[in-house]
Amino acid sequence: MSVPGTENAAAQQANGQQPAPPDSDDDILVRIENVKKYFPIKSVGFTRRTVGQVHAVDDVSLTIPRGRTLGLVGETGCGKSTLARCVAGLIPITSGSITFDGQKISGLSRRAMQPFRREIQMIFQDPYGSLNPRQRVGSIIGEPFAIHNMASGNDRKKRVQELMERVGLNPEHFNRFPAEFSGGQRQRIGVARALAVRPKLIICDEPVSALDVSIQAQVLNLLADLQDEFGLSYLFIAHDLEVVRHVSHAVAVMYLGRIAEAGPKDPVYDHPRHPYTAALLSAAPAADPRTAAQRQRIILVGDVPSPIDPPSGCRFHPRCPKAQDLCQHEDPPLEVKPGDPVTHQAACHFPVQDGEDLATAGSATSAAGSRESA
Amino acid sequence: MTLLEVKDLKVSFPTADGVVRAVRGVSFTVDAGRTLGIVGESGSGKSVMTQTLLGLTPGGEISGSAVFDGVDLLTLGEDEMRKVRGAQISVIFQDPLTSMHPLYRVGWQISELIRAHDKSVSKREARERSIDLLRRVGIPRPETRVDDYPHQFSGGMRQRAIIAMALALSPKLIIADEPTTALDATVQAQILDLLLELQRESDTALIMITHDMGVVADIADDVMVMYAGRAAERAGKDDIFYAPHHPYTKGLLESIPNSSAGGDRLKPITGQPPSLIRLPSGCKFHPRCGYVMDRCLSEEPTLRPVGDDGYHVSACWLPTAAAGLSEQAEEIRKKTVRAERSEASEQIAEEIAAAPESEGSVI
Repeated sequence: MSVPGTENAAAQQANGQQPAPPDSDDDILVRIENVKKYFPIKSVGFTRRTVGQVHAVDDVSLTIPRGRTLGLVGETGCGKSTLARCVAGLIPITSGSITFDGQKISGLSRRAMQPFRREIQMIFQDPYGSLNPRQRVGSIIGEPFAIHNMASGNDRKKRVQELMERVGLNPEHFNRFPAEFSGGQRQRIGVARALAVRPKLIICDEPVSALDVSIQAQVLNLLADLQDEFGLSYLFIAHDLEVVRHVSHAVAVMYLGRIAEAGPKDPVYDHPRHPYTAALLSAAPAADPRTAAQRQRIILVGDVPSPIDPPSGCRFHPRCPKAQDLCQHEDPPLEVKPGDPVTHQAACHFPVQDGEDLATAGSATSAAGSRESA
Repeated sequence: MTLLEVKDLKVSFPTADGVVRAVRGVSFTVDAGRTLGIVGESGSGKSVMTQTLLGLTPGGEISGSAVFDGVDLLTLGEDEMRKVRGAQISVIFQDPLTSMHPLYRVGWQISELIRAHDKSVSKREARERSIDLLRRVGIPRPETRVDDYPHQFSGGMRQRAIIAMALALSPKLIIADEPTTALDATVQAQILDLLLELQRESDTALIMITHDMGVVADIADDVMVMYAGRAAERAGKDDIFYAPHHPYTKGLLESIPNSSAGGDRLKPITGQPPSLIRLPSGCKFHPRCGYVMDRCLSEEPTLRPVGDDGYHVSACWLPTAAAGLSEQAEEIRKKTVRAERSEASEQIAEEIAAAPESEGSVI
């Protein structure tokens, strides 16, 4: 079965009724260009002067192709959720531009943004906190129809039940409350709600992190099926690297508000160029004792520095096992490194070579890198 | 040397909705200097079990025995238990944000623990020892950071401070309940390495409770897989990962995204864990098990040896030869299942096969 009207929307697109973007980049759905998002820090007291800025997202450029998944990885506080919120139009950006389907959506008024809100939906991490506990499931999933004046009465009920069936929920549970569902089922409710208004882009912010492994696999399979069926694009945020590799076509690694490395998933995972990507990959637990025993972990020293006053030069240099003088002074551009496909970019002066041993290099320079952040 | 021997531990909680049978007869041993990984999903009873060992489940109906260093922990009174807790068995909890008091300095909290168990230690001495401990767990500049409040520490540093507390009195056993779940991957790697290193130094036994098979693969020696309040399978680490016998263990391994295995689709376990108030009949896993047979519906299997070493045990009716992920093992499983099915179990198997992606209905 399919969600009613979806074929219609797809047909419209095929007929070219959607205005084609001037640069004819038809296959790019979202273009993020030099986006910055700074949060002001106000002084305590009467004057509330701005005394600093949190550089949450600092000059990020990315694209999300139609029908594809861009995985965004990085540690707590790297700005990945802030970037997602900017794309969803939930918070205004400080500078740069975000283009959706050929139209600039950054800086739009609330009213002008409204039609795009239908096209961009979100699925949140916490299936307990993201559903109103006093609202019945039918009305939670049906609410987007009400907001966008898309269906009412029996028609709405029918559509909601079709959605419930599509995401693997029993349509008879229409009148239940979220508390009557398990974590995995609640996440399915979240998926159904996002799907209701036939979006083109779904932003998934850690959609499976709160779920048990066996349930996590069910939800990931569901997301993959929906992408095939409706041609959805995903911006998929997660900290579990294996999950991101499984669902994504391309990945971007963020560190302290910047993109450290980006590209198609296999080159990035198999031949990471940025030492931070290499460290992240080496730290991810592998569910295989032999791999775990053989692997050389690159243990990074210290913690992520504060985004209020990010380090000079390359932001990773205080923790980098390969850092040299140049890294302290000069911010490396995000560029293609020799021997890499043109889509694979890294922001590093001294990119990692295949087979290079960073684990031991790290211990040699750890004294230099042990500058504490907090 | 066996440090802790738990026998037939049962814990249930009477509630308004019925009796929650959280732990239904679990036995295991932990040796000094070894690490036991306990794996299971939410509600499998893994946390309740270890909390019961420490007397932290008031209101629970408890039976069985848990002999630690010659003493049955379950018979200890509150005062005696307090002497064991922290001093001989210490715990590291999941959330480093809430396991420290926000209004006391980190050093004060470690000193308090030391002085609570040994009144003869002076405040100055306790402070010195706190600084040493913080240094041992890798906190930079411990002399100054000892006077910080918990909010001035990052998540990873807070978990290090918690580990420092757990080590303060040189316990014989450390129970770590999802110690790295709230942390980022690079910090998790640091903390796991630290735990292993400290364990090697002091020959401490470690019980690592986790839902992450990756953590288990990293640091456990032995593994116990729990399902619905019981051990489904127990074995040395390699047997669990390379020769699992219980279909639940196999299902857990197969549902993890794994780049080397390839393939576009994950193989999740159908359905969801059962309610601990209304447990299914027979084997508690049968409503989700692709290898369900007739006897699974009526008889609950108990742990029996399935490997060559006698340590590998599994609570499943499938034959011993069905252990492993190989095609041969799969053949044996399929053959057995075909022979052992009649109408009732066939129907369940068909339902599972028909709806591999759905979670079933809520009870």
